[in-house]
Amino acid sequence: MGMRRYSMFAVAREALRFHAGWERAWKSPEPKSHYDVIVVGAGGHGLATAYYLGKVHGIRNVAVIEKGWLGGGNTGRNTTIIRSNYLQDPSAAIYEKARSLYEDLSQDLNYNVMFSPRGLLMLAQSEHERRGYQRTVYANNLQGIETEWITPQKVKELVPILNIEGPRYPVLGALYQERGGTARHDAVAWGYARGCSAMGMDIIQQCEVTGVRTEGGKVVGIDTTKGAIGCSKLAMVVAGHSSVLAEMAGFRLPIESMALQAWVSEPIKPAIDVVVMANLVHGYMSQSDKGELVIGGGTDGFNNYTQRGSWHHVEETTRALVETFPIISRLKMLRQWGGIVDMTGDRSPILSKTPVENIFVNCGWGTGGFKSIPGSGWAMAELVAKGEPGPLAAEFGLIRFREGRFIDESVAAGVAH
Amino acid sequence: MSLRLTKGGRLIDRSKPLGFRFNGQPMHGFAGDTLASALLGAGQAMVGRSFKYHRPRGIVASGVEEPNALLGLGTGARFEPDQRATTTELFEGATTTSQNHWPSLKFDVGAINDKLYRLFPAGFYYKTFMFPRFAWKHVFEPIVRQSAGLGEVPKDADVDRYEQAYGYCDVLVAGGGVAGLAAALEAGRKGQRVIVLEQTPHWGGRAMVDGGQIDGHDAADWVAAALAELKAMANVSLRNRTMVSGVFDHGYVIGYQRVGDAEPGSDKPRHRLWRIRAGQIVVASGAIERPISFAGNDLPGVMLAGAVRDYIMNWAVAPGQRLVVVTNNDDAYRTALAALDAGLEVAGVVDAREAASGPLIDAVKARGVRVYEGHGIAKVKGRAEVTGVELCRQAGEGTVVMELACDAVAMSGGWSPAVHLWSHCGGKLFWDEAAVMFRPDHARPPTGADGEAMARIVGAADGKLRLCEIMEEFGLGAVADEESAIEPVWLMPARAPDALRFKAFLDYQNDVKVSDVQLAAREGYESVEHTKRYTTLGMATDQGKLSNINGLAILSDALGRPIPATGTTTFRPPYTPISFGAITGEARGELFQPLRRTPIQGWHAARGAHWEPVGQWRRPYCYPRSGEAHGDAVKREILTTREKVGMLDASTLGKIVVKGPDAGRFLDMLYTNLMSTLPVGKCRYGLMCNENGFLMDDGVVVRLSEDSWLCHTTSGGADRIHGWMEDWLQCEWWDWKVYTANLTEQFAQVAVVGPKARAVLEKLGGMDVSKEALPFMTYVEGELGGFRARVFRISFSGELSYEIAVPTSEGLAFWEAVAEAGAEFGITPYGTEALHVMRAEKGFIMIGDETDGTVIPQDLGLGWAISKKKEDYLGKRAQQRSYMTDPDRWKLVGLETLDGSVLPDGVYAVDAGHNANGQRNVQGRVTSTYFSPTLGKGIAMGLVRRGPDRMGEVLDFPGDNGAIHKARIVDPCFYDKEGEKANV
Amino acid sequence: MLILHCPYCGVDAEESELAPGGEAHLKRFGPGSSDEDFEAYMFARKNPKGVHFERWRHAYGCGKWFLAARCTATLEVFGTYKAQNPRPHPDIVAAVKAKRPGWEGWK
Repeated sequence: MGMRRYSMFAVAREALRFHAGWERAWKSPEPKSHYDVIVVGAGGHGLATAYYLGKVHGIRNVAVIEKGWLGGGNTGRNTTIIRSNYLQDPSAAIYEKARSLYEDLSQDLNYNVMFSPRGLLMLAQSEHERRGYQRTVYANNLQGIETEWITPQKVKELVPILNIEGPRYPVLGALYQERGGTARHDAVAWGYARGCSAMGMDIIQQCEVTGVRTEGGKVVGIDTTKGAIGCSKLAMVVAGHSSVLAEMAGFRLPIESMALQAWVSEPIKPAIDVVVMANLVHGYMSQSDKGELVIGGGTDGFNNYTQRGSWHHVEETTRALVETFPIISRLKMLRQWGGIVDMTGDRSPILSKTPVENIFVNCGWGTGGFKSIPGSGWAMAELVAKGEPGPLAAEFGLIRFREGRFIDESVAAGVAH
Repeated sequence: MSLRLTKGGRLIDRSKPLGFRFNGQPMHGFAGDTLASALLGAGQAMVGRSFKYHRPRGIVASGVEEPNALLGLGTGARFEPDQRATTTELFEGATTTSQNHWPSLKFDVGAINDKLYRLFPAGFYYKTFMFPRFAWKHVFEPIVRQSAGLGEVPKDADVDRYEQAYGYCDVLVAGGGVAGLAAALEAGRKGQRVIVLEQTPHWGGRAMVDGGQIDGHDAADWVAAALAELKAMANVSLRNRTMVSGVFDHGYVIGYQRVGDAEPGSDKPRHRLWRIRAGQIVVASGAIERPISFAGNDLPGVMLAGAVRDYIMNWAVAPGQRLVVVTNNDDAYRTALAALDAGLEVAGVVDAREAASGPLIDAVKARGVRVYEGHGIAKVKGRAEVTGVELCRQAGEGTVVMELACDAVAMSGGWSPAVHLWSHCGGKLFWDEAAVMFRPDHARPPTGADGEAMARIVGAADGKLRLCEIMEEFGLGAVADEESAIEPVWLMPARAPDALRFKAFLDYQNDVKVSDVQLAAREGYESVEHTKRYTTLGMATDQGKLSNINGLAILSDALGRPIPATGTTTFRPPYTPISFGAITGEARGELFQPLRRTPIQGWHAARGAHWEPVGQWRRPYCYPRSGEAHGDAVKREILTTREKVGMLDASTLGKIVVKGPDAGRFLDMLYTNLMSTLPVGKCRYGLMCNENGFLMDDGVVVRLSEDSWLCHTTSGGADRIHGWMEDWLQCEWWDWKVYTANLTEQFAQVAVVGPKARAVLEKLGGMDVSKEALPFMTYVEGELGGFRARVFRISFSGELSYEIAVPTSEGLAFWEAVAEAGAEFGITPYGTEALHVMRAEKGFIMIGDETDGTVIPQDLGLGWAISKKKEDYLGKRAQQRSYMTDPDRWKLVGLETLDGSVLPDGVYAVDAGHNANGQRNVQGRVTSTYFSPTLGKGIAMGLVRRGPDRMGEVLDFPGDNGAIHKARIVDPCFYDKEGEKANV
Repeated sequence: MLILHCPYCGVDAEESELAPGGEAHLKRFGPGSSDEDFEAYMFARKNPKGVHFERWRHAYGCGKWFLAARCTATLEVFGTYKAQNPRPHPDIVAAVKAKRPGWEGWK
């Protein structure tokens, strides 16, 4: 156990011998016959769950099972935005927990995840949005989240390339979270994986779950392409395929899988220093450290497991962004891709016990998955370790769909006259 | 040094010289040149600096795969960064600049990174820059961002225009080489509708350079004949300069046509985006040559062998005067022959294979060129351009056996089929060990809507590199030179030591070397996706067209597993980058989204209306007079309306007619209240909930006749609600006899509001609008002022009010007639803000303000509008769930500050203490807040826990800068509680 | 970019003409139903990776809702049929079975 620490000095030392001495960032073991906890899904959420199980709860006899390669699902195909300017208390709490963990994550993991609190703007382009975001600012201030309402002039100062004058949807102001930003998505998965491996946990890649074993209503293990593996507790953390795994365990989830697309431009020198979301016109954009403009929009809206999206959504969002940032018209799209996201009945996540004892589910993050990884892992680890949700997960149980206790973030769901 | 040859050049027109600038320096080329051939022809070998080490880089390729020659092109509003010089046609006056250096291309401070290269291996940034914590954002990241990113940022908005077009065909052929043309002929002769897209300006592909015979003719002649035949077919359309950018599900293809790129300032669109539906897609996209990994393979002057041949034969440009060819296959010998034919010197052919023979090799040997068999390049010599190469045994560790002086190196590691378009939609590949390439697996094609293959792949894209192989599929005989087998060479020499591997580049633009991939493998980044992301291999603007296969071979070797076990990364659209302008098309500025207009829109504009976007409508927010602030205008509009009379363009309100024997029954399910019992001629305010119980729309329902109801909806909700009605009628109650029609745009609607409203209507004349003839909440149809009108006695302001619907075509005339009739009463038009304030004064809810998708009618004191008699309505079951019936729910109240000030929009009422997550407890919030000009003080509505039971309590609302606003819970109706004013 | 055949107007409709409507053949539960049944009706979704029966509206065409059997893993369309079918039409079931012999059937 233990791992060799990364630092500038270690790199300099290795440089002398052509970097021949670096060891594996994580081990690649064969599965044991039994674990205290099996986490299915080695994406950011699964790995973070395992990491905090070990770090916070001292549970280290843990395997993380992954059908493909770790971090290869939505963790590696999102637009890397981090923010916690949510309206409803339960969402604000878990996203802010995530954001605050991101602040120190590089140091905690000894792996530079490049958390960049560069600031995030949500543009208000209708009176309705203006009211919604002003409300959010007041809510955030009571939730301990620092956000502010800023004027169009301040928006223009922060983002000189932004066209605040319309003509169709002039910018009326923005909800600004100064400590929102981005991080390097792959590094988050890799850093957590390295941390888990260093605690002696087994990360088993290329191992697909084919069945869930229960006895007397309790989980006892899973069948995989690498054989049966026993466990005392099972955490399902498989965004995009949550329903498929739930089906194996014999229950249904309030989830539909849909494609969410993103694309990047060719790299250019620094053009935009903050993340800008223009929700009225369905587009958002930031710039990666490599120089690419990173762009995304909404989901395609129908059930889809292909990781491919529909072109007309690309056109709609690109139009929205050319309208918002007229200088990008002559830049070029370099690459587009899709991920499969879980959309729940109220568009908020699920961290919950399930009808099967000792099976816990973490899913339904929809389009908010990456930003929540550390908070989600933290809350899920607590749920799995204690068997009951802590305060962060308490409101995200499946029971809310029966009671009608939704956590609805779509303040724009109503429509103004 | 590169130069323009005095003879030859298939594609250039020497009679048309074109002037251009590179970094300010005037140069010239010819019509038919690309920027790349023009630069090479002008002797400019070095064209940019690499991403990470800022190493000098020159042109490597002649087509879309070029990783280095990315230039800034144009100026001002026509500046474009990252233009690929090899695919940009030269035009007169082109202004180009090299990228990624400071202060100049020749002397670049960033090149220090190259000296320190050992400190910057793959992923070094994941291991460093972590301390102190703030330093990433404030120190390291700005440095990284500034030194990364290639092109400069455009300063101005684009002045060019872009078009979009649709295409439909039975067969879409992607690629106009000989395979594509043959496929097009085959389909065209059968009478199928065919579209052929070729990304370059020229037809015929590599055969035009490499020659051979097809069907008894020289390849070039066959191409000319094929083109002539295709052009003569009415069912075939040919488009050059049009790249197939992506293949999407169900045969959807995006084409990217460069129309006016080479004619800046002309009236042509710059690009045209084609959205094509194809029955079948023929992928004929050719193959891309691979570089070889040896130390210094990135120096300006080291070029792909095929590209060297292209420059010589197409553009009469010699990349050097003394070439060394390095290869593992026979094809590169064609380059040696082309160079010799052009009068250039070939210093030797370095062939990694121990023994290879064939006509091409013999031909080169016969011209006196020495072939170094079993050899490789240990290292390329030179600083900013090639001066020579050191040779070694390929099987060894790089011991130098001799040096060859040269000024250019032509390399060929073999060819990889361009399988991108086959793969975009799921077509699979297999590894062909003998041919050393990933080839399309015909048994696993991309499938379409019917589950059958939607693409066919032909020619070099199918792995068929020889002309006779390609043409055989089309039943055509062809002749080409025999070639001996390729041998895989992934590293040169095979056992190159660290010092060489650290200078052997895989991905030129992103500066990924053999050593980086090996480091990734050592550290456990074993998946090809991990390696790609850890090293950035293949993530540059060429998307790995040159580097991916070499990289994954190195990775496989490092992990001791076969290449197919490693597999490829996913191929994603676009094939090469396409402009956001083309994706946007004409939809920008005023055309960004459709604008819905009422017939009165022009009048509002003429009166200087300040607009508010409402869905795709644009409604007047207020009508400020010259010099008047918006707030003052709103105040004036309200006071005039309350004291005299005002008029509102309410045409955007949704108007849906529901008709039929079961219409009443249907509306009883749709609304929370009873609509079936509404008498003919009466109006009733109704609420609509979704199945989840939440209030989603409201409006006045009018019973027009025994079997017809008119449902008013919110402006933004009309289409959605109409769709909602149709959903239930078609899918759930499809045996009910009901029709719906959305008449929103068929009627203009004008609200005439205020104490003088009746007087205005009476002045218009023609209809009895007295209290007796037309009481509150009734409607009548007839003629008013000569207009066919439906007049509704309804009020959203608390005043005496009529809403009059007239046919849209008469809307403006009617509006003007009202304005004229109202002039003597002091009538004013008022906008949406006055509307909002007046409804808030009256305590009326507004969908989207008092509701946000989490509010049920019971929360809003609207229990009176929920029928207790009905067994069912949409949302009723949901409203019975435990959380919905919780007495602690937040409910609607009025709020009045103690000092008469206006509460800020959206503030929360705090409660004692904090919750388990450390958040301040809250017990309510403000949903609407305004200054009421009528009452001269702030008024608000809000939702408060058990609010109606707590009248008179004072709550704290924290505002900005630590301010606490104190407000008392009051009745939400602030104005005319008894409703006397409306009912007169 | 899907193409679905509208069984009402006969048009092979582009995806951009269509509005998706989620899982088909849900049974509505209203007042008097159990909490479990109502929750399942509102939220529990099959969401299969494979054969899916779903609702679409030809929103920018004839305006009709119709149903489709489609594979969510390959986007293959087995057929479309009118919305007035409380369960998958037998012809559609046969079409799916022909293409997916291992399919367990609509439940």
